Amino acid sequence: MEHITLLLGIVIITALVFDFTNGFHDTANAMATTISTGALKPKTAVAMSAVLNLVGAFMSVEVAKTISKGLVNEEGIQPEVIFAALVGAILWNLVTWLVGLPSSSSHALMGGLVGAAVASAGLGAVNGGTLVTKVLLPAVAAPIVAGAAAMLAAKVTYKLGGNVGRKTSAKGYKAGQIASAGLVSLAHGTNDAQKTMGIITLALVAGGALAPGSNPPVWVIVSAGMAIAMGTYLGGWRIIRTMGSGLTDLQPQQGFAAQTSAASVILASSTLGFSLSTTHACSGAVMGAGLGRKGGVVRWSTASRMFIAWGLTLPAAAVVASGAELVMRTGDVGVAAVALFLAASCVAIWLISRRQVVDHSNVNEVQPAAAEEPGVVTTAMAAVTVPPTLAAEAAAGTTAAVTDEALKATIPAATPAAPAAPAAAV
Amino acid sequence: MKIDWAALGSVFGVSLSATVALVALFTLGLVGLSKHEAATEQGGTATLARSGAYACFALVAGAVAYGIYLIVS
Repeated sequence: MEHITLLLGIVIITALVFDFTNGFHDTANAMATTISTGALKPKTAVAMSAVLNLVGAFMSVEVAKTISKGLVNEEGIQPEVIFAALVGAILWNLVTWLVGLPSSSSHALMGGLVGAAVASAGLGAVNGGTLVTKVLLPAVAAPIVAGAAAMLAAKVTYKLGGNVGRKTSAKGYKAGQIASAGLVSLAHGTNDAQKTMGIITLALVAGGALAPGSNPPVWVIVSAGMAIAMGTYLGGWRIIRTMGSGLTDLQPQQGFAAQTSAASVILASSTLGFSLSTTHACSGAVMGAGLGRKGGVVRWSTASRMFIAWGLTLPAAAVVASGAELVMRTGDVGVAAVALFLAASCVAIWLISRRQVVDHSNVNEVQPAAAEEPGVVTTAMAAVTVPPTLAAEAAAGTTAAVTDEALKATIPAATPAAPAAPAAAV
Repeated sequence: MKIDWAALGSVFGVSLSATVALVALFTLGLVGLSKHEAATEQGGTATLARSGAYACFALVAGAVAYGIYLIVS
């Protein structure tokens, strides 16, 4: 094994944590419709997705180094920069999971990289043009492409299959959904686990433990594959609920159309060289399929909250990452502070999530407490989008006070916002 | 800043046609299978419907295999 410094060790562990959050954040992409239409039991679905993610991680040696290439000039990359980027991406993933909104993990990671690179090397370190063509345009295009395809496909399958016997239909659409969801999981494993491998490899190269241009070592591939599979198996039930039954009501036919559209879009985009985010494609496909049935509706309030989250993904992750990068300027103390801040925030978010547990047992119940969510959204957004200096102070504050009342104070602090929310929502 | 409209357009076209074609094929397969099952229940057979259904499913399976090939390569 290579010579690894403490900082590098922290970066690698953080990268694996990101991979883990990526896994449970994106389970919904492959399995939400399968779960909500009852094609697979929730636990079976996430287990299948986890296995396929793991298989996918090993299937391709085509390394997704592209995550950093092009967008950020590589000379500016230090292990600290990568660490800061990961902090931003993980926090955004956790916050969006807490409020149950699907958002692109890749965008969070790119946002983190952009923010950290700007903080460390100035605005010149980021290619604005690449940002638009690789991030913004695909975010708009993916749901439209996938949505149009899913809507048309749903219409077609209702029209053609109108007089299919009930038994055949139930069995058939179940099999079809499982197959297409499997394909999405497999593609996700190859894409997203590879991203983490690329990040860890980049960190190893930046830290001087690996020669530039080398392939990821075997232990990196194995650990990244395991991390994403474990995350997938844990299941981001909140996001699965939103995607499977929050955005629209899906019948098996629609679930099948949505999943097929998502799989086609993902494969076509990665093959034809116009990379689209899995999350955006899947959410768009679900909405399109929702509209493809006569009398089908999309809950636009949920959809618009999701679109807002997509818009905020890049800047929010960038702001947190640049804040982290600035704090780390102070040296080892800064690095320790950021690491503690990350750990404390993760614990805090997890504790908040326990107030209203969503898991495999209640994932398909439409939540009566939907009105409470905007409150959490606003508080969460406010917490994430504080300016870098505030974030830095918050970092110091949280780390200092985790052990005592501050953490307890964090949790009730969210509560006053919740009762106010229904008024705003109505 | 150069936006690759051609690539985006082809992604749109390919995804749309692939999705609709696959879903249509699959549904036709189900229709055939359903006809066959209805016929068997009444003691008859519908060989044509059944073979047609299997042909449809074979094409869909081929597309899935191609998808896996695309992921691996």
